[in-house]
Amino acid sequence: MITFESVTKRYADGTVAADDVSFEVPEGELVVLVGPSGCGKTTTLRMVNRMIEPTDGRITVNGEDAASVPAPRLRRDIGYVIQQVGLFPHLTIADNVATVPSLIGWDKERIGERVEELINTVGLSQEVASRYPRQLSGGQQQRVGVARALAADPPIMLMDEPFGAVDPIVRESLQDEFLRLQRELKKTILFVTHDIDEAMKMGDRIAIFNVGGILEQYATPTDLLATPANDFVVDFLGAERNLKRLALIPVSAVEHEIGPLVSEDDSSSRAQEVARESGTDWVLVTDTEKQVKGWVSINDLDGQGTVGEAEIQPFDTFVTQDESLRAALDGMVESHLNVAVRVDGDGRYEGVVTHNTLTGELK
Amino acid sequence: MIEVITDLVAWFADPVNWQGPSGVPARVLEHIWYSVLAIILAVVIAQPIGILIGHTGRGGALAINLSNAARAVPTFGVILLTFLVAGIGLVPVLVALVVLAVPSMITNTYAGFRAVDRDVRDSAEGMGMTGWQVVRRVEIPVAMPLIMAGVRISAVQIVATATFAAVVSLGGLGRYIIDGLAQRDLTEVLAGAILVAALSLLTELGLSRLQTLVVSDGLQAESEEASMEAKLEGSTG
Amino acid sequence: MAQSLFDWSWVLDNLGEIWAQLAEHIVLTVVPVGLGFLMAFPMALASIRWPRLYSPLLGVAGILFSIPTLALFVVMIPFTGLSKATAIIPLTLYTLLILLRNTVEGLKGVPSHVREAAEAMGYTRTRQLFRIELPLAVPVIIAGLRIATVNTIAYVAITALIGQGGLGNLFMDGFLRQYPTPLIVGLVLSVLLAVAADLGLLGVQHVLTPWQRDPG
Repeated sequence: MITFESVTKRYADGTVAADDVSFEVPEGELVVLVGPSGCGKTTTLRMVNRMIEPTDGRITVNGEDAASVPAPRLRRDIGYVIQQVGLFPHLTIADNVATVPSLIGWDKERIGERVEELINTVGLSQEVASRYPRQLSGGQQQRVGVARALAADPPIMLMDEPFGAVDPIVRESLQDEFLRLQRELKKTILFVTHDIDEAMKMGDRIAIFNVGGILEQYATPTDLLATPANDFVVDFLGAERNLKRLALIPVSAVEHEIGPLVSEDDSSSRAQEVARESGTDWVLVTDTEKQVKGWVSINDLDGQGTVGEAEIQPFDTFVTQDESLRAALDGMVESHLNVAVRVDGDGRYEGVVTHNTLTGELK
Repeated sequence: MIEVITDLVAWFADPVNWQGPSGVPARVLEHIWYSVLAIILAVVIAQPIGILIGHTGRGGALAINLSNAARAVPTFGVILLTFLVAGIGLVPVLVALVVLAVPSMITNTYAGFRAVDRDVRDSAEGMGMTGWQVVRRVEIPVAMPLIMAGVRISAVQIVATATFAAVVSLGGLGRYIIDGLAQRDLTEVLAGAILVAALSLLTELGLSRLQTLVVSDGLQAESEEASMEAKLEGSTG
Repeated sequence: MAQSLFDWSWVLDNLGEIWAQLAEHIVLTVVPVGLGFLMAFPMALASIRWPRLYSPLLGVAGILFSIPTLALFVVMIPFTGLSKATAIIPLTLYTLLILLRNTVEGLKGVPSHVREAAEAMGYTRTRQLFRIELPLAVPVIIAGLRIATVNTIAYVAITALIGQGGLGNLFMDGFLRQYPTPLIVGLVLSVLLAVAADLGLLGVQHVLTPWQRDPG
């Protein structure tokens, strides 16, 4: 756990990088510091491992005043990842990852095992172990940077725009993998970015900073979107705030309805009846295994034969319980039906999420 | 022309030139002795200074200006003046050679430290290395291409310049050139020149081999670039 | 050591001689640097046009540069005796490495978008070279000339041992007579000459690159 207690950083030239900042990073959570350039977010991060000393106030790490611990000792218990990675060019990837374990005196065998394990953990192949940093792509280097920071299993990690130097596609996959990793590792993480979308995606909590080192709001992403503290936060969250909120709510968090459902073996007249009962001009069609076949407009039902003989329009998009309401909205728009079809992991029909549910959620 | 070559071959073939205190082996050993002493002294003096200003970043501008100015001072004149003031002896030779070599070693080591990426230094500190650990485990190895380039250029410079020791009555391969010029013995002059050129070439080759050995494989590209830069900034004298 | 280290009366008595040696030193500097540039420039253009040439040309220039100065001077004696050419030819060869490399790097350093813009506007290859690339390469080329000139000024003194020498003759004179004054005069003038040449070339660069000056 990390706490900031009225921390101020004033530089000799008068610039203020942290202005009476107080907040707490709970154990096992990922807290994102976000704000425009010049807001002091990186300075705030770097005060935790004493790369920068605060002018005023107190920072505690796991209950201990950071200023009372010799900087090198403090830093060995805190993983540190920076945007330009800062891999040591003269050391192989394995030796880079082994840096902190060797500083704190692990034996060779234990280091070797740990390095092998970490290279797997961050999704690299063992071949890279003997390579040098310059032989790796930017994305691979970022992974090595994360592996190196995790090496001695520090309870705390500081990450300063760790995925900032790679292209958007690689960044997205690095973010996803890191989130997956974090769910297992449960590190206490302070994470700096200037990208609000990255902050929303990564953060359990977000601290929004303003120029001059002012902490404008500290809240969970959902709370931030629902109740921004002031105009600055509203501006910084940007347009489409509702879409961003939807992106944070999983499909499993809202009710789903069974919907106007028929089987392809049902008679056409039965389908007309179901549509009438639910007040829709279409019905959903599954096969006997509950696999979704598509939907049929009542205009295409002649009351003769079975539903399977009518013209069935397929769905392009389905949502599962782990996806967000934003994906559900996407599905609604695509099907023209004002509903998104929810299926389980094997593609079996679970129900529909309706437009009303979404708007209700945003109120 | 042919005559010059046959005379040279005869000179090198003559056993007289390979014996006694003025024979080739003795002169080569003298030359190496002056050079090695000067190189070691220069390294011992220059490297701690280079490392200190490189690590702290203080005094760098002064060091660079000093070594630029040093390039404008003709070594030949400095050696003659040192002898005139300090008298004949090995110590003045060494002083002149060391003074000649130290500035470019300091600038190269300093430049090597400065060339260490800020982020590399930052992450070394951020992972909990102490100041000395950063120097020893990160800065020196990463700066090694430039450190070695500086040592190499200075060493070749020293070997070449040690020739002038003969101008002030000491030994070494310069003896053949100076004596030959005095006696109008062109063959001896040329033999001396060839030996000096060969020795400095061997120094260059030997030290570039050493450079490849002590520089990490991760930095070999930087190493080649560094050697070229250092060569252009130094002068062979 | 009864005599003092420096004797102003010698300076006053020998102003003519000092001036003559200084002038000689300047000639022995300007001619090799000039010739060196005349040789290096076409070599650089060829290296740009046919990139495969660059590495071997640079290699040869590098080997020449590694030969100890005194050795290269005396090697010239069988060919040119104790004439001026014995001094000028090696001094010229020593400048090649620096001048070739800096000219090539300077021309290569022109940003590709500038080059493409010139091409797109219909410049011919030659016109583009002289109107666009060369002017932009001036700072790097002059940097090379500065190093080459300062080095050459230091080397010229050595040629006193082969009957040339400029200010180097003052070194030898002082050394042989065990009389420091001429040696010190020679050293000081040599350093001043190097500084003057360096500043002079910097001035040339300033004139040739008006776009690099600070506004106002």
